[in-house]
Parts: sequence; structure tokens; C-alpha cells
Amino acid sequence: MEQFLGLPPEGSAHAHEIDQLIVLLHWLMFALFIGWGIFYTYVLIRFRKAKNPTADYTGSKSHMSSYLEIVVAVVEIVLLIGFSIPLWANRVNQFPPEKDALVVHVVAEQFAWNVHYPGKDGKFGKRDINLVDSDNPLGIDRNDPDAVDDIATINQLNLPLNKPAIIYISSKDVIHSFKLPVMRINQDAIPGQVIPVWFTPTLAGDSEIACAQLCGLGHYRMRGYMTIQTMEEFTAWLDEQAASL
Amino acid sequence: MEIPYTIETREDTGVNNAKLGIWLFLASEVMLFGALFTTYILLRIGSADDWSQLNDILNVPLATLNTVVLISSSVTMVMSWASLMMKDFKKYKLYMGLTILCSFGFLIIKYFEYSAKFEHHLYPSTNTFLAIYFTMTALHGLHVIGGIIVNTYFWGPGSKMWNTQPERFTNRIEIAGLYWHFVDLVWIFLFPVLYLL
Amino acid sequence: MQPNTKSVAQHHDVHQSEHHELSFWRKYVFSTDHKIIGIQYGITALMFLLLGFMFMMIMRWQLAYPGAAFPMYFFIAPIALMGVVVLFITGIKPSVNTVAGLSLVAMAALIWYLGSSDENFPDGIMLPEFYNQMGAMHGTIMVFLGVVPLAVGAFGNYVMPLQIGAPDMAFPKLNMMSYWVYFMGGVTMLISFFVPGGAANSGWTSYPPLSNIATTGQTIWLLGMVFLISSSLLGSVNFIVTIVQLRAKGLSFMRLPFFVWAQFVTSFLLLLAFPPLEAAGVLQLMDRLAGTSFFMPSGLVVSGQILPNTGGGTPLLWQHLFWFLAHPEVYVLILPAMGIISEIIANNTRKPLWGYKSLVYAAIFLGFMSFIVWAHHMFMTGMGSTISAFFQTTTMIISIPSVIILSALIISLWGGSIRFNTPMLFALAFLPMFGIGGLTGLPLGLSSSDIHLHDTYYVIGHFHYVVAPGTIFALFAGIYFWFPKATGRKMNETLGKIHFWGSFVCMNFIFFPMLIQGLAGVSRRLYDGGEQYAHAQSVLYLNEVMSVAAWVMALFQIFFIVNFFRSIKKGEKVSDNAWEATTLDWSATTSPPLAHGNFDTVPEVHRGPYEYSVPGQKNDFTPQHQKA
Ligand code: HEA
Ligand code: HEA
Ligand code: CUA
Ligand SMILES: [Cu+2]
Repeated sequence: MEQFLGLPPEGSAHAHEIDQLIVLLHWLMFALFIGWGIFYTYVLIRFRKAKNPTADYTGSKSHMSSYLEIVVAVVEIVLLIGFSIPLWANRVNQFPPEKDALVVHVVAEQFAWNVHYPGKDGKFGKRDINLVDSDNPLGIDRNDPDAVDDIATINQLNLPLNKPAIIYISSKDVIHSFKLPVMRINQDAIPGQVIPVWFTPTLAGDSEIACAQLCGLGHYRMRGYMTIQTMEEFTAWLDEQAASL
Repeated sequence: MEIPYTIETREDTGVNNAKLGIWLFLASEVMLFGALFTTYILLRIGSADDWSQLNDILNVPLATLNTVVLISSSVTMVMSWASLMMKDFKKYKLYMGLTILCSFGFLIIKYFEYSAKFEHHLYPSTNTFLAIYFTMTALHGLHVIGGIIVNTYFWGPGSKMWNTQPERFTNRIEIAGLYWHFVDLVWIFLFPVLYLL
Repeated sequence: MQPNTKSVAQHHDVHQSEHHELSFWRKYVFSTDHKIIGIQYGITALMFLLLGFMFMMIMRWQLAYPGAAFPMYFFIAPIALMGVVVLFITGIKPSVNTVAGLSLVAMAALIWYLGSSDENFPDGIMLPEFYNQMGAMHGTIMVFLGVVPLAVGAFGNYVMPLQIGAPDMAFPKLNMMSYWVYFMGGVTMLISFFVPGGAANSGWTSYPPLSNIATTGQTIWLLGMVFLISSSLLGSVNFIVTIVQLRAKGLSFMRLPFFVWAQFVTSFLLLLAFPPLEAAGVLQLMDRLAGTSFFMPSGLVVSGQILPNTGGGTPLLWQHLFWFLAHPEVYVLILPAMGIISEIIANNTRKPLWGYKSLVYAAIFLGFMSFIVWAHHMFMTGMGSTISAFFQTTTMIISIPSVIILSALIISLWGGSIRFNTPMLFALAFLPMFGIGGLTGLPLGLSSSDIHLHDTYYVIGHFHYVVAPGTIFALFAGIYFWFPKATGRKMNETLGKIHFWGSFVCMNFIFFPMLIQGLAGVSRRLYDGGEQYAHAQSVLYLNEVMSVAAWVMALFQIFFIVNFFRSIKKGEKVSDNAWEATTLDWSATTSPPLAHGNFDTVPEVHRGPYEYSVPGQKNDFTPQHQKA
């Protein structure tokens, strides 16, 4: 079923659980559709006018459908309580401690993803909207001691493999939506709010950041790149970025 | 074929058409103002400012006066209907006239309140509290104007119906009254929420 | 529709006999008769439906061939031609055809205006700004100007009073007003194409801050919405009062045709869900015109400039108010459709509906629940686990009544003597198509699976399966079914069947691929259909498939339009009870005389709505008003 649905590759630790839920749901949907479909086709053929010139006033006396409805309800409850709710709780409540994770800020704007790394000191420097200009789209205040070594990239998010990543998502202007199809991650970037998401990348390589919320004329091309590297490659990349500061 | 139950009540439902209609309309109005009150609550909870201080700039005495004016108009509205029930058309005219006067009084006072704010350069864009204050009171004001138009019609040209279909006319006044009490009620919620809390 | 032929006939004898006949204007334009108003709603809504479809076909060009020059005349010519044909079916006499023909020509002119503007198509290539306008207006027009007015305004107005044996709606003047306010709303929306920057372009959902900083078109959109909402409110009050008060003697609630029940529940949804959107609209107007910040925090930077607003608001407030309306709204789109389907299925299986009571209770329950599921559209806005658990649960609960309704309708087929006429074909196709649409709602309704599917083409596929081969098919079915009531003539069956099979096949070629694209993760509202994204590459070829299917489907609609306007004049004449049905609408004289009430004698009801094939009866149908 999983191949059949054509889902993207599973790039994160939790991706498989989400896919599993999607697959189970589609089994339920197929079963219902095929089941009813067979019944429906059979009825149309058997009770067509040519075959059955007089209708039966009472019709079906079976209680099958009530049982079926109960079955559907039970399956839905199982998927809900057994899968979806715990999965969601895991997504929004069980963040790993920040010291064990890689923490990044992503600030969306029309039409780009600004990525802010804390740099060597592990502390994010201040950002001030009054400092925003084309060279400094995040408005990082370089006078802040914490900001001196901060690294900013545009449309390029690098993350180390197998280490939990926590990403704080916000927006400078309108609502965007931070979507990593391969990671099964999606979070709206809402102006005035900073919302974290977390995941553990398990698949090295390049993939994309998509913007999933209409954000204006450039929505379709608001695409970023994500690179998942081994820890060594990632550190090397960070050093390279720091060197060019 | 006449449309049934325009005046008389239908036995199994116990109402006439217009009465049911106005209650439904008021239900939708409750949803309208309900949404705005919800907005107020959400904005206030989410606000960095202390709204119980922001509203100090509002003129509580004037608003209190307005509350009194509006409640009086509701009373005269009931009286005008009661007069019709007692078949006293003259008294109806009087009380309905008073109702309309009170409503104008309300608007005039509101006008002074608004202009005082504008003079001090307090606009809807000044802060979110004033934004919701102006929006809600203006929308309520529009409802008052709507009421004035309806009531003036029933006071003037519309009252001819009294001569031909007195019962139907009395019904109409009752319904206009229900609307008017609703407008009053909204103000009774608005007053403490915006001015006092 | 009958009116045209009649108007001519009556104009002649007006002079001789009755002098207090209503004037042409009072009779056909500012009429208070629910049947005329129903037809006005119907024609207007069909026109908007076609316009919404045109917009979509234009968008589909860009999606299939991103960056290719737009062959405008290819799109305009058929519409203009059809307009001329329709005009000439009746010649120059004033009639429905004249109005429709002129509207079609005007539609072609509008598209020519848009297509030849350099602001939309420099060098003949569509700009993303224009794509977004088309998207927002397609959604708005389809939902608020097409389907709801057709399902409620037209079918509700025309059929419901007849089915309950009423002389008219409870408030005829209000009814007229609700049509004209709707009309004004439509005109307002059209005007927005002519203001600088064009029409609204922030999606039909109009999320701020994007919509707050959008061009003037957005302001006009909001004004248009205020009209449309007011019209719906007037209409829904009228519907509820009519159903409660004007039911014929003996017509208890449990004897109402299911169609009436569907309209009843729908009206409550409109009555209670629309006002919050009206409030939201007012707030957004304030934001746009008076500089308030209901939906804006402070410190926004748009194209390098800090916005001057004071802040204090939140964009999510709009989303809550919007979805509080828009979720019930989707059931407004489906319930009348289910009502139509039920009537047609009972009639063409020649047996009572199976589980009538469960249908009714399920519809009522659906209505209640639809007010507490709205935030399932907002799972990705940073929702905590408790709130998301609540909304997932309510969403799963609301799927059960739909399953009950659909099951009851399918089981109703068992034991029937099924006639496959055109209305029945559309009704039968509705069942599995709504099935696909409804079932694909389930993965969206669980927040965890929605992570992958939110705002992808899976959502687009989900709801189009419900509204297009679902609701639109039901509306087609209803038109074929009640056409004889309104005109005394049947639509042509052969043309009808071509229309059906063509539409049925094409619909699936348009909307099934959307589900595939969605599972692959392709986002919606992309001007280039996802061409840039690597994860979209493997399913990109489907864009062309969908577009071609959409255009081919348009060709099949020509069979419908021609059939429709031709049958008004030339269709086969039929009796009052063309389908040998049981409900009261079929006991009224066909296209009942205007402004003289609907029934010759005040009807009285003696039995339930679907007494077909009652054992021991001579006929296989026993009308509701027939005495024991
Ligand atoms: C008429 C319209 C309509 C209807 C009826 C529905 C019905 C449902 N919808 Fe849908 N929905 C929309 C219109 C509709 N929706 C629209 C327009 C949007 C997008 C808005 C936007 O963002 O622009 C949307 C979006 C939408 C979302 C948000 C997705 C997202 O943005 O991420 C969700 C999430 O929960 C959802 C869920 C559901 C559910 C659970 C149902 C359930 O009620 C469905 C229940 C039905 C069933 C379960 C079917 C039962 C089937 C059978 C018994 C089988 C029969 C088989 C045969 C006959 C062969 N819908
Ligand atoms: C009721 C609602 C409705 C209906 C019926 C439709 C019908 C169709 N929609 Fe629509 N669509 C929406 C509501 C609807 N849509 C909404 C809300 C959106 C989201 C917008 C947004 O992003 O903000 C959307 C978005 C949307 C998109 C996604 C755009 C994007 O994300 O970029 C696409 C893509 O192909 C699409 C296609 C179609 C097609 C091909 C049809 C076809 O099925 C059309 C079929 C039409 C007909 C069959 C009409 C026939 C009419 C006649 C024949 C009239 C005859 C006239 C007389 C007799 C007088 N729609
Ligand atoms: Cu950013 Cu879409
Ligand atoms: Cu919904």
C-alpha cells in the first residue's frame, strides 16, 4: 500500500508512524469503498427495471448497515486514540532538551526562508526589525555579543543526521507554511508568533522546503533547500559559513 | 390564495409567521454580536496592555446617561404596544414618538462622545481597544438607526394600517418592539464590557 | 421558463379581461412569487457557475503549460457562440433565453477584457498575480454565487413551498429582496475585476495579513460578501418560517420529504454560521479602511518597509471566525444535494427510502456537529494536543452521520425497480463520488495524517469530489428532474445521457489525479503547478491530464446548455406528474399560475412522502394528498 500511495521517502524518525497512519486510513477507505461498491453494483444490476419490474415496498430488512456503521466508528476510534492523538502529542509536547538538539530559527518572508544559526556560542543574538535591510534580512544586531558569531543563510537549511533538530518558526510579513515533505513536517509561520517544531533527520541528502500557504504572487517559487549531512560535514559547513562572516 | 398565519397563530406551533421570523433574526444577531464579544475577549487576553486602564479615556457619565435614555426608550416602546392592545391609538402615537426621540437622543450623545475622542486624536487605529470600541459601538449605532427608520415608519405612514388591519398593526409593533429590546440589550452588555471592566 | 411563452399569450388577453394583472416588471423582474424568484436564482447561479468554471479552465491552461502564451480566443469563442445561439432560439422576444444569451456574451466580453490586458497577460503569458485572482474568485464564485444560490435559492425556493403545500413563502417581499441583494453581491464581485490591481487575490479564505495588505479588490470582495451574507440571512429566516408555519394540513414533520428536511437544516446553518463571518468581514474592512489591527501584530516588515500599524491583533482570529462559518458552509453545499438525491432515488426505485427516520436524525445531528469541528482546518497553526484531540474527535464523530446517510441511500436501492433515466444516472453517480470525497476527508480529519496532506492537492481533490461530481451532479440531477415542473416539458434524454457519461468520466480524470499529487506532497495554489519542486516531478505529467479532462468536460456541458434552452421551447410535453411521483410538488399544476397560489384546492396530506409500490394499491405510487 505504501508504494501504491506514492508517498515521498521517509526522511525522519517519526515519518514512518505518520505514513503508517495514512496507510491504515487508506485501508479503511478502500475497504469501505470496495465493499459498498460491490454491493452497489450488484444492486443496480439485480434490481434494474427490466429484471425486477415491480419494486418491493419494504426493501432491505437487514441490519447489516448498523453493524457496519459501528465497525466504522470503532475503527475510527482506534485510529484516533491509538495513533493520531499520541502521535500528535509526541510532536507538540515531547520536545527533546535543547542541549541535546540542534536549535535553529527560521523566519519566513515574501518569498524566502531565512535561517538563523546561533553559531559557536550556541546563543542566538538579538534581532531588531529596524535593522532589516537587503544585506541583513533577519535584522541581526551584530553589536550584541551573542550575535557576533551568528550565521544566517537564505533558503538553505543544513542539519546533521540523526540528531534531533528543533526549529523555531516565525514570519516577518504574512502567513507562510514551513513544509518539509520528506520529513513529514508542516507548520504555519504566523506573524507575531514563534512556534517550534522538532524532528530527527534519518536520511542524508538534499530535499526541499516548500511554502504551503498562499503568501502572495511569489508563493509558488518560495522554495528552500534542505541538506542533511553527517555531523562532520555539518560542522565543516558551519565553519565555512563562519569564516565568510 | 392568502398566506396563512400572517396574523393569527398556528395552533400546533403556537406562533404567527412574523413572530417566529423575528426570533430567528434575533438569533442570527446574537451570533453576530456574540462573535464580536468573543473577539473582544480574545484580543483582551492576548493584549500586552491593561485594558482596564485603556478604557479610562471613555466617558462613563455620558454612557450611563445613554444607558438610561435607551432603557427609557424600551419602556416607552412597551407602552406604545400596550396602548395599541388597549386600542388607544393616540397614546400609541405619543409613546412611539417618545421612543423615537429617545433613540435620537442616544445617537446625539454618542455623537458627542465620538467627537470628543476624535478631538483628542483617538481613532480606531490608535490601539486595539479603541478599534473594538469603535467597531462595536458603531455597529450598535447602525442597529439604532435601523430601529429609528422602522419605528418612524410605523409612527408615520405605516400607522395607516391601524384603520384597516388593527390586529396586524399591533403585531408589527410588538415585533418592532422585540427588535428594539434586543438593541437595548446589546447596549446593556456593551456598556459594562467597554466602559467599566 | 414557461413564463416567456405565457407572457406573450397573456399580454394579449390582459386587455380584454382582467385589468389588475401585474405588469411585466412586477411579474417577471420584481416578482414576489417564489417560483419566479426560484427561476431567477437558478439562471443567475448557473451563469456564475459557468463563469467560475471558465476561470478554472483559464487557470488550468497555466497549470498544464506553465509560461506558455494563453490562447484567449480558444476560450472565448465557444462561450460567445453559445450566447448567440441561445439568443436566437427565441429570437428577439424578451425571455429567459434572452437574458441567458446576453449573459453568455457578457461573460465572453469579461474574459476578453481580462485576457487582453497587459497587466494580466503581458505578451500573452499569465502573471502569478492574475492566477491568484482567478483562484480566489473561482472559489468565491463557485461557493457563494454558484452552488449555494442554486441549491438553496433556486431549488429551495421553487420546490420547497410546493412540497409542503404552501401558497408561497411566508414573506414574499423578503424573498424578492433576498434575490436582489444576492444579485447586488454578484455585481459587486464582478466590479472588483475593474479596479486597480484587479479582483481579490488572497484565496477564497482571505487570510490576513495577506488580505489586509492586498489591493483594492479585497475591499470590494468584503463588501460583496456583506451583500451575500445578508441575502442568505433573509433567505434562511424565510425558509425556516415557511417550513414551520406553512406546512399543509396533515403534513407533520415526519411526513416531510427529505428534501425539505435538508433545506430546513441548511437554513439553520446559514442563519447561525454566517453572522460570525459578517463580523469578521466588518473587522477586516476596519483593518483595511480605518487602519485598525484586529488581524495584525505589530512589527511586520513587508518588502523592506515596516508597516505603521499599532498591532495588538492576531491573524488566527480571522481563521477562527472564517472557519466557524466555512465549515458549516460545506454542509450547506452538501445537504440540499443529499435532499435532491433522496427524492430522485425514491422516485426511480419506485419504493420508499430505506431508513427515512435515520436520514432525518442524521441530518439534524450533522447540522449540530458542524458547528464544533471548524478548527480541523487549522491543525497546522500551532495547535496544542488537547485542542487538537478535541477537534479530531468531533471530526471523526461528524463523519458517522454522513456514513449513515450514504448507507441509507445505497440500501434504498435494494428491492427497487430501478429506472435509469438521466436524473437517476446523476443521482446514482453521486453516491460513489461523494463516497470518495467523504472518505478522503478522514485522513485530513486526523491531525497527524494531516501533517503530510494539509494544503496539498489532496485537500483540493477531497473537496472537489464532494462538491463537483457530488453537489454539482446532484444539481444537474435536480434540474433534469424538476424541469418538467417548471416548464411542462422534459429535457431530451439522449442529450442528457451524453452529458452524463461525458461529465462522469471527465470528472474522475480531473479530480482523481489530484489525490495522487497530494499524496506526493504537491502544494495547492501553485501558479506553475509545482514545476519547480523535485518532489512534484514524478506526478507533474498529471497536470496536463487534468487540464485536458477539464476542457473536454466543458465540451460536454454544451450538450447540457443546448438541451436546457432548447427544451424550454421544444421539449417533449408531459403531464403535471411527469415522473409519477408522490410528493405534493407533483400535485400542483405544472408551472402553476403566477400570483394565484400554487394549488387549485388547499392540499391535505394523508400519508408519508414516499409511498411507492404500496401493496394492494392499483398504481405503484400513492400521492401524499390521496385520501385513504
Ligand atoms: C460539500 C463539501 C464538503 C463536505 C461534505 C466535506 C466533508 C468532510 N470534510 Fe471537507 N472540505 C471541504 C468541503 C467538504 N468537506 C472544503 C471546501 C475544504 C477545503 C477548504 C479550503 O481549505 O479551501 C475541506 C477541507 C477539509 C479539511 C481540512 C484539510 C486541510 O486543510 O488540511 C478537513 C480536515 O479534517 C476535512 C474533513 C472532512 C470530513 C471528515 C468530512 C466528512 O463529513 C465526510 C464524511 C463522509 C464519509 C466518511 C463518506 C462515507 C462513504 C461511504 C459510506 C462509502 C460509500 C461508497 C460507495 C457508494 C461505493 N475537510
Ligand atoms: C462549489 C465549489 C466548487 C466547484 C463546483 C468547483 C469546481 C471545479 N474546480 Fe474548484 N475550487 C473551489 C470550489 C469549487 N470548485 C474552491 C473553494 C477552491 C479553492 C480556492 C482557493 O484556493 O482559494 C477551488 C480550487 C480549485 C483548484 C486549485 C487551484 C489552486 O490551488 O491553485 C482547481 C484546480 O484544478 C479547481 C478545479 C475545478 C474544476 C476543474 C471544477 C469543475 O468541476 C467545474 C465543473 C463546473 C461545471 C460542471 C459547471 C457547469 C455549469 C454549467 C454547464 C452552466 C450551464 C449554464 C446554463 C444552463 C445557463 N478548483
Ligand atoms: Cu510563502 Cu507561500
Ligand atoms: Cu471542515
